[in-house]
Amino acid sequence: MTAHDTQLDQHGRLKHFLTVEGLSRELLLEILDHAESFAGVGDRAVKKVPLLRGKTIVNLFFEPSTRTRTTFELAAKRLSADVLNLNSSTSSTSKGESLQDMLHTLQAMHCDMFIIRHGNSGAAHFIASRVSPDVRVINAGDGRHAHPTQAVLDMFTIRRHKPDFPGLRVAIVGDVAHSRVARSEIHALRALGVADIRVVGPKTLIPAGIESMGVTVYNELESGIRDADVIVMLRLQKERMRSALLPGAKEYFNSFGLTNARLRAARKDVIVMHPGPINRGVEIDSEVADGTRSVILQQVGHGISVRMAIMALIMGSLAPGRETG
Amino acid sequence: MRLSINGGRVFCPASGQDLVADVHVAEGRVAAIGPAPAGFRPDQQISAAGKLVLPGIVDLCARLREPGAEHKATIASECAAAAAAGITTLCCPPDTDPVVDTPAVLELINQRAAAAGKTQVLVLGALTQGLQGEVLAEMQTLKAAGCRGVSDAGRAVGNSEVLRRAMEYAAGCGLTVFIQPDDPQLRNGGAMHEGATSTRLGLPPIPASAETVAVARALLLAEEAGARLHLGRISAAGSVSQIRAARERGVAVSADTGICHLHLTDTDVDGYQSLCHLAPPLRGAADRDALVEAVATGIIDAVCSDHQPHDADAKAAPFSLTEPGASTIDLLLPLLLKLVQEGKLPLARAIAVATTAPARILGLDQGRLERNGPADLIIVDPDAEFVVTAALLKSAGLNNPFLGRRLRGRVLATILQGRLIFQQ
Repeated sequence: MTAHDTQLDQHGRLKHFLTVEGLSRELLLEILDHAESFAGVGDRAVKKVPLLRGKTIVNLFFEPSTRTRTTFELAAKRLSADVLNLNSSTSSTSKGESLQDMLHTLQAMHCDMFIIRHGNSGAAHFIASRVSPDVRVINAGDGRHAHPTQAVLDMFTIRRHKPDFPGLRVAIVGDVAHSRVARSEIHALRALGVADIRVVGPKTLIPAGIESMGVTVYNELESGIRDADVIVMLRLQKERMRSALLPGAKEYFNSFGLTNARLRAARKDVIVMHPGPINRGVEIDSEVADGTRSVILQQVGHGISVRMAIMALIMGSLAPGRETG
Repeated sequence: MRLSINGGRVFCPASGQDLVADVHVAEGRVAAIGPAPAGFRPDQQISAAGKLVLPGIVDLCARLREPGAEHKATIASECAAAAAAGITTLCCPPDTDPVVDTPAVLELINQRAAAAGKTQVLVLGALTQGLQGEVLAEMQTLKAAGCRGVSDAGRAVGNSEVLRRAMEYAAGCGLTVFIQPDDPQLRNGGAMHEGATSTRLGLPPIPASAETVAVARALLLAEEAGARLHLGRISAAGSVSQIRAARERGVAVSADTGICHLHLTDTDVDGYQSLCHLAPPLRGAADRDALVEAVATGIIDAVCSDHQPHDADAKAAPFSLTEPGASTIDLLLPLLLKLVQEGKLPLARAIAVATTAPARILGLDQGRLERNGPADLIIVDPDAEFVVTAALLKSAGLNNPFLGRRLRGRVLATILQGRLIFQQ
């Protein structure tokens, strides 16, 4: 059973949120619409709606994270759920067993939802296929595989600026090989009908066979972002800056760092996105990150309402939307 | 014990024999094929009408998990499973715990196998001490104790000078060097074959070069050292072409592949199927097809089970954290016959790759069914259909990637040295 089969019930409705792969355009738009309706909650005097009152949600983070964990926590609290944060750093091979044991322990406490981040691809799928039928699982990032809530909030951000998806030209730039954000975004953009999706980076950071996901590969920045409507810059992890993959941060910035000068190759109304946290002067220049074309901080704000929508949807707390089968 | 097996189709690729006849067994040898010798009185008769009578299977690589990992399987459990699968001889690599780098460990395995009283177990000795790739193992001693070859099993000898000298030394001992080609640096912690599926699943990739570079190194060093080389568990098309070229220039090299690699590909990993987490990894469809063709043409001499039984916990984790390997010993024969049913291999070839060829590689007299030959033989119903279920598997390892599949071909009886060690 594939990851995208595991997350649907027998009626084709979402019971877990593990990957964007296999989701229909209708379902994605439904989530975006719900997220719009939650967007105002943070501006109210009482920043809460009672949709998940009495539910217990566990943030199970095996990798360090500030913004994703915080926005999940805020989203859960704004839905009136009780939130438990468990941070566990992962180490060697005993991880699998401890993951299974931890799962059993938490299930015994009658939690309603697990939000899991884990360094190994397939971890959320592993848990979702083993929880009892009334427990829900959201993938908050698994290895290089998927970060589906990030992809949806990025689609939310794009739609706010450029609502006509099929006509867009989107460039995803940087360390695509190790990026779960890039993979989830590619699935989301494809589902929403974007025809021109580009991945841009040095050959060592572009994974084998990625063309089969429906993208075009560029090994040079200027041509990769030419006439782009949207540019997504990916974070370059420190340990990869000087390695067998790259000679160093300076050469990387000189060839793939986004500067205002380079940005002129894109469309005038281009928006620049980044899942964060950003490395200023490595993949993106401060003048771009803080500039008029950047929507990076908007992305963070959208993360809360999008995650509220996804949590409420898979808990069955929203009015039934369009059929998703 | 005297035994007559009556009315079966006696099929032996080594001798080219293919006829309906009785087989008479006495004192561990085949006394006659056809009419019984004068005065022959069998203690037992088995009817094989409508069935195949074949040489017993020789499995070039099966892990028994003992000593060291008895929570996964034992010599007794796996030898019983092997006997029920028609395997009369199996060869286990030296990566037990402790490793087979002293005669003591070899003797322990031999004793336990003898006590089990089922399939005959042969053992490869270590190529380097502790399989550490640094100091040569005591190969003469291991050979004298009965090791059939030397190997560092799944562990690569990192230092090419050590590998070269180990090959020279083994050649001097008259021992074949068994290598499972792997370059750990190129493998780089990968979990599955590099390609569209690894990219989509976000699993760390293993390039084909992690095998092909190691194949090139082993071939060149064996050629220089004048060693007899066996390359085991070949998975990549790029290895096949190198083996062909080496053999054409006269290098003494043989090769095998694991049975899973002739049926499954990297796309079977989809959904994070940890049962399909193998080492070497399942590769692309083009690799699989090249392997099947190489088995058909003889570039790959033999097919083994590459049996690796695991406990349930070993496979219950996110994919990269699970232990590689499949439990396959139960299904070696039906999976070979499946290639015949699919028209990919002639029957003679499918049987030869699991009998004659591995016996030759191990320097054994077995793997043939002839008058005066060893009475290691099996009776097979090639048409018996079954669905692979956990209940049906005899191995202690239930990590079988073929669970739920429908296969054809079942072993009805297994005879080792004239003794019935399994009967359905």
